[in-house]
Order: sequence, then structure tokens, then C-alpha cells
Amino acid sequence: MDQTQNGFDPAVVEAIAARLKNRPGALMLILHEIQDRFGYVPREGVPTIAHALNLSRAEVHGVVTFYHDFRHQPPGRNVIRLCRAESCQAMGAVALAEHVRGRLGVGFGETTRDGDFTLEAVYCLGNCGCSPAMVLNDELYGRVSPARFDELLAERKEGRR
Amino acid sequence: MSATVYVPRDSSALSLGAAKVAGAIAAEAGRRNIDLRLVRNGSRGMFWLEPMVEVETARGRVAYGPVTPADIPALFDSGFLDSDSLVGGDHRLGLGLTEEIGYLRRQERLTFARVGIVDPVSLEDYVAHGGYRGLARALSMPAEKIVEEITESGLRGRGGAGFPAGIKWRTTQQASARQKYVVCNADEGDSGTFSDRMIMEGDPFVLLEGMTIAAVCAGATQGYIYLRSEYPHALRTLNEAIGAAYQREYLGEKIAGSEHTFNLEVRLGAGAYICGEETAMLESLEGKRGMVRYKPPVPAIAGLFGQPTIVNNVVSLATVPVILERGAAFYKEYGMGRSRGTLPIQLAGNVKHPGLVEKAFGVTLRDLVEDYGGGTWSGRPLRAVQVGGPLGAYFPGSMLDLPMDYEAFAAKKGIVGHGGIVVFDDTVDLARQARWAFEFCAIESCGKCTPCRIGSTRGAEVLDRISRIARTGDRQAAIGLLRDLCDTMTYGSLCALGGLTPLPVLSALRHFPEDFGLSGSDVAWTG
Repeated sequence: MDQTQNGFDPAVVEAIAARLKNRPGALMLILHEIQDRFGYVPREGVPTIAHALNLSRAEVHGVVTFYHDFRHQPPGRNVIRLCRAESCQAMGAVALAEHVRGRLGVGFGETTRDGDFTLEAVYCLGNCGCSPAMVLNDELYGRVSPARFDELLAERKEGRR
Repeated sequence: MSATVYVPRDSSALSLGAAKVAGAIAAEAGRRNIDLRLVRNGSRGMFWLEPMVEVETARGRVAYGPVTPADIPALFDSGFLDSDSLVGGDHRLGLGLTEEIGYLRRQERLTFARVGIVDPVSLEDYVAHGGYRGLARALSMPAEKIVEEITESGLRGRGGAGFPAGIKWRTTQQASARQKYVVCNADEGDSGTFSDRMIMEGDPFVLLEGMTIAAVCAGATQGYIYLRSEYPHALRTLNEAIGAAYQREYLGEKIAGSEHTFNLEVRLGAGAYICGEETAMLESLEGKRGMVRYKPPVPAIAGLFGQPTIVNNVVSLATVPVILERGAAFYKEYGMGRSRGTLPIQLAGNVKHPGLVEKAFGVTLRDLVEDYGGGTWSGRPLRAVQVGGPLGAYFPGSMLDLPMDYEAFAAKKGIVGHGGIVVFDDTVDLARQARWAFEFCAIESCGKCTPCRIGSTRGAEVLDRISRIARTGDRQAAIGLLRDLCDTMTYGSLCALGGLTPLPVLSALRHFPEDFGLSGSDVAWTG
């Protein structure tokens, strides 16, 4: 996913909602597509979605805020999702999380001041045979040691230049 | 004849660089003008050997691993593509015949029979390896007979609850409704588990076939796979497989030449652990917050959009084809007690040989962790295993003789769950793990019932207090409070999230009191 395209466009939200609104259980489909497009679910889009589905704004807001995946703000240019669950804990994920927070200077759910990295927690990536696991911009990595993390971070920073 | 080389497209293999390895093999073959067929298969489930490359030879497939792109030129030099070779090329990464690797050879792969062997998105390959025979047999039987076969096989829900699949199927089959559904629960959220993912990435057609048999049995015309969003590769594989099945009329109208219609679609979750609970999953499929429903009515009677719905886990549904193909009697030959058949067990965490081990029920934790797993990855002494995901009990090394069996685990206040085993070495702090169980419950609670919503946070606070208390009397009072809280959560929660969170907490306390600064007598009440 291209994380840079996060300018909110009401016409896009309206088109997505109009196209999907008649599918069974449409709201989840619509929210996913909006997030794929903008990188987050803009608050300003909620009334449009509610109107299309004949729901209250509160109902749509309730769904958006229930699920960990749906972001309320645009993410940074790179998104790091670090697994914090048991299998990864058994392989040093707690220390890795400390290391990552220190390197980036942000906590979970936060974005670096330069807008370069967003750090998110995730509870299991299904890569428990290769713990600790992490996702960097949709790419899954296994056996991520602090040193391996630094390598990947450096690659991303170089890629930017 | 051109050589055939297999490089997995499984997520775990990819997470260790399989895509780069596949690219390097194709490029090297191009440079050497070698005609080569590259198949992206599922993983054999030996993750310490991934990326594992296999080459077809006259005697069977020969494996190499773990392979890095830098190894590729030397592998070509060693003659690893020589299909007449007896044991493959002579290379330090050579593992010999894949099927002869002890880890695989000693398994009993029924559900996983094709994973790692077939091209996951080739319907031709699936059929060539015995696929859709179960459906063919199901189509020749009356619906009641299909239910009987599933009931007779003893198949119990592999998602974690272990509920007999036959009862669910009979209920939905007997319900009369305009619309019925089959829903596959692919929200595999338990840490330490990946068997659903491996099926969906390595042999998606077996899941499609299982769901189709369920649909034919129940008279359902629409199916959904509720897939967790953390599995983008599984999404791609499933969608490719579904496309191929529609094209060859294994999905859609008049499936496999019958009068049945079955349409199937994948829907994505959005990172909520609770949506692995079947009623929360149905709410989510309906586009709502994933809030747990009151039961009754059970989903088999009033499920998706209020209609009768068969809800089963990926592994349960993927096991249906082999049961229909070979018969209930064949399947139930495997296993022990009331746990019939095989269980795809996942070895994870701090283990030397992590992977997928499908064995008949009855295999002990020791066989799995020591024999297959080879002990800890770190080489330090094993201190604990957590079986059955974040809601499963922590057991000490002294309990490794426990057999994988629903009833044997229940008797020791644990759960088999989805068959995940997470190994911890002696650096683990069980007090921290117990606190984590409460934290996780608080993060993932849907909030509908009070014991789970509030109890999880209060539980973490009580544990913090216990760790700070110096006086014995006060400590015992705090432990009494914890016991009351755990009772309330166990008996008062709506679903397994609140209801089972006390399992990891109390097992940690019971088996590892020293980590809480307590003695065995302090926690004697935990049994």
C-alpha cells in the first residue's frame, strides 16, 4: 500500500460507499477500501458512509473505533507493525519492542515527528515458527533481532534518499 | 526434460527471504540457459529449514535448506538440478529426500496431506493428488448420510472449542430456511498457531472442497471465509483458488455437474481477536462491531443474518474431504479416547525446530517439544509451555507427559485449543505472563459482559498488588480476591475470552508460585 496518499477526498468516499453499499455486510468492505485508499478512515467520511448505508453516524463511528486495524489519522510514510504476543515474547519480543521504541523515539500507536515511521502493535502475525515477527510496509519479516531491525530501518532510510 | 524446482510461497518462508531465493534461482537458470519449471508451493512446515528449496528427482524430491540467494550459484555448480541424481547435488545444504526427513516421515498427515507438495493454486494439481473425491462421494449420498459420516468420524471443532462438528451440521441440515450459510472461521488469532494459514496458503482447494461438502449437506448456497487481515498472502492464494474453482464449475451453479449452487467469498476481519469467537465473527461479517452474541440461539439455527449457518474453523473444514473420501471408520482409527483423528500441532516460540506436526491425538507434549521440537532454540533449559493460545494454560517441564487429548488437558485445567504450543526457556517470568493474559483480555474484550470488560483490568491490578505485598496475611487476602475474580470471569463471562483468561493466570500461579514471590502453600487452593 502506498502510505503517502492520505489527502481526504469526499468524492472518493462517496463513490466507494455507493459501489459497495448493496453487498451483504457492506460497512466492513467500505471501511477497508477507504483505508486502503487513504491509509486511514477520515472522520469527515463517516456521515457520507452513514448516509449511504442508512445508518446513524454513531453506528459507523462505533464500527470504525471497534477494530484495531482502522486508523483515525494518516500513518507515516512507513508503517511498522511489531508482534507483541506470546510466541514472540518467548523469543525476545519485549526487549525488541524496547529497542524499536528507543530507535524511533515513539511509542506504539505513534508516528515519528518527521512523519517517516508509524509504530503499531499487532497480536500475532501467524509467523510464530519464526518469532519475533514484524511487518514493515506490508512485508513480513521473521527472526527479527534488534540488529536485524536496525538493518531494515537503515534500508528504508536509504531507500528514501 | 526440464527440471522442476519448488520454492515456497508460504508467509513464513517469505518472511525469511523465499521470494529472493526464487528470483535468484530463476535468474541463475537464465544465465546458464537451463530450462526450469519453478513451482511456488506451500511450506512443508519445517521452519528452521526455510527457505527450503526442493528439486524433483527420479527417486523423489530432494531438499536443500535454509537457502539464501548467495547459495544459488554453488547449488547449480553442485548439480542439484540433475534429475537422475540419486540423492541430489552434493552440497552442504543438502537434506536428502524430503520425505525421508525424520520430522516429516514420522507424521500422520491427513489434513495436511498435500500441503507443500502441490502447487496451491493449480486445480489440476489438486485433482491429480486426489482432490474433490470427497465431494464426489458426498454428492452421491443423501444429506443425512453425510451428517452421519461426519458424526461417526468423531471430528471435533479444531478452532479450539472441540465441539462435535456432526451436531452442528445436523442442526443446520434439519433447519428449514429460505437461505442457509456456511461460514469458515479463518480468524486464527491465537499466538503460536499458524495451521489455518498454512492450509490456506498451501492447499486452499481442500478448504474450498470441505466448505462445498458442508454446503451440499446443509443446502446452503452462500459461503464466506472470514479471514483475519494479518494474512494477506492467504487472501491472495484463496482468491486465486476460488477463481479457478468457479472457472472449472466447482463453485457457482450446478457444481461438479450436480444440481447444487454454492457461491463463496472471502471477507476480511480488521484486527480484532474477539472475532475468532463465532458469534462475534458473524456480527463482523454483517458489518457490525464484533460483539459477542447471547446463545441460544446457536448459529446452526440463527447464525449469519439470522439464518441457519454452519460455522467451522479452517482445519475442521479442511479435514472434511479426507473423511468423506476415505470414510469415517478410516479417520476415527486415529486418536485416543474421545479425541479422534489427527491434530495439526504447531510448535512455536523458543523451540529449536519450530513447525507443523500433524499427529494422531495421544502424542505427548514431550514427543512434540523434545523429539520433534529438539528442545529450546536458545539451548537453555525449558521452563514452560503454553498450549492452546493466549487462553491456554502454562505447564512446567514436569508435565510434558500429558497426551494431546481434549479430556486429558481438561483434567489438568488446560486446553488443547487450536493446537499451538509455545515453548519458553528459563528466562521467562510467569508473573509477567500472567499479567499479560489479563492485559490481552482487556485489549481485546468486546466489552459486552462485565466480568471480561472490567475483570481483566482489575485482575492486572490485583497481580500488581500481590507483587508488592510484604505481609503474609495481606498476601493471602489478595490471593483470595484473585480467586474470586477468576471465578467470576470463568462462570460469568459470555464467551471464552473472559471465561478462559483465568486459565493462563491460575496455571502460572499454580505451577510457578516462586515467580510471584509466593510459596506452594500460598497457592494451594489453585489445585
